[in-house]
Amino acid sequence: MQRRTFISSLAAVPVPFLAGTAHAAGFTAIDITGANIGPDYQLFYTNGKPASLRDFRGKLVMLFFGFTQCPDVCPTALARAAEIKRLLGADGDKLQVVFVTVDPERDTAPLLTEYMRAFDPTFVAVRGNLEQTAKAAKDFKIFYRKVPSGSSYTMDHTALTYVFDTNGKIRLAMKHAQTAQECAADLRLLLNPKKETNFLKGLFQ
Amino acid sequence: MKKLLSLLLMAALPALAQVTVGEPWVRATVAAQKATGAFMTLTSTQTSKLVGASSPAAGAVEVHEMKMDNDMMRMRQVQSLDLPAGQAVKLAPGGYHLMLMGLKQPLKEGDKVPLTLEFEDAQKVRSKVVVDAPVKPLNAAAH
Repeated sequence: MQRRTFISSLAAVPVPFLAGTAHAAGFTAIDITGANIGPDYQLFYTNGKPASLRDFRGKLVMLFFGFTQCPDVCPTALARAAEIKRLLGADGDKLQVVFVTVDPERDTAPLLTEYMRAFDPTFVAVRGNLEQTAKAAKDFKIFYRKVPSGSSYTMDHTALTYVFDTNGKIRLAMKHAQTAQECAADLRLLLNPKKETNFLKGLFQ
Repeated sequence: MKKLLSLLLMAALPALAQVTVGEPWVRATVAAQKATGAFMTLTSTQTSKLVGASSPAAGAVEVHEMKMDNDMMRMRQVQSLDLPAGQAVKLAPGGYHLMLMGLKQPLKEGDKVPLTLEFEDAQKVRSKVVVDAPVKPLNAAAH
């Protein structure tokens, strides 16, 4: 029930924007410009300092919620993020990747630090206590829950990657299946928006 | 006489399903990470199924299926994985994997992880296959 609420609220928000701009702008990702997501979390970097999305103003931010005991989706998404950064070439340093753990009980600060380093030394992880994590997930319309598995547990979680533009505004939701090439093209478009008006003028002249 | 009988019985039984394990690999972990995934391609000569797995490197190994449901990632243990005769079944990121839980130590690139896979054929005869799966870097891509 809770899950439905989150999904439907996420799905409901972008529709008017989808119709208006997604096609014209040519994003592969879902254009969620203006969606009521975030706008920020009250979490901490692995060095214990308070974390804020404002710390990355001037950069594009890719924000992803996951957990390190995940064998499949999370490392794949982070490996994709590393590849996207590489594909951006010189613009790669205009991209900040942020990983929010939904499993703070097992994802300790030292574990997260080392995990991020395995993908890219510039990627950062943020975490909070259970309450702070739940609040952040709710604000960002991310669903997650523990699922018992044998003597342990795994986590279900939303596998979308959010993209914030250089002004810190929410712009895109990238699906897990979107390729690194498609993601990099979307980010390039955010960095250098096409001059649509000129294009349209040309069309009607 | 008894020996002859058992020989005859064995001859009457269909040949055991032979399962080939192709390109097994395990994703590396960092310190304090207690779980990871193992991936491979399984091909059985006859209809069979993967019913279990174990490894000295892990406390438990489970067969899991990852599914995307409305952009929600769900992982579930499955009791068995069907292997249709002659058909390659992939355990790869984005689908099935073996979940190694309760790792005894971090797995580094270049390590080999012994995996024992247990299969059951259509006659309910069980057999085991042991493979050494190399460890690939944590950031190994899906393919």
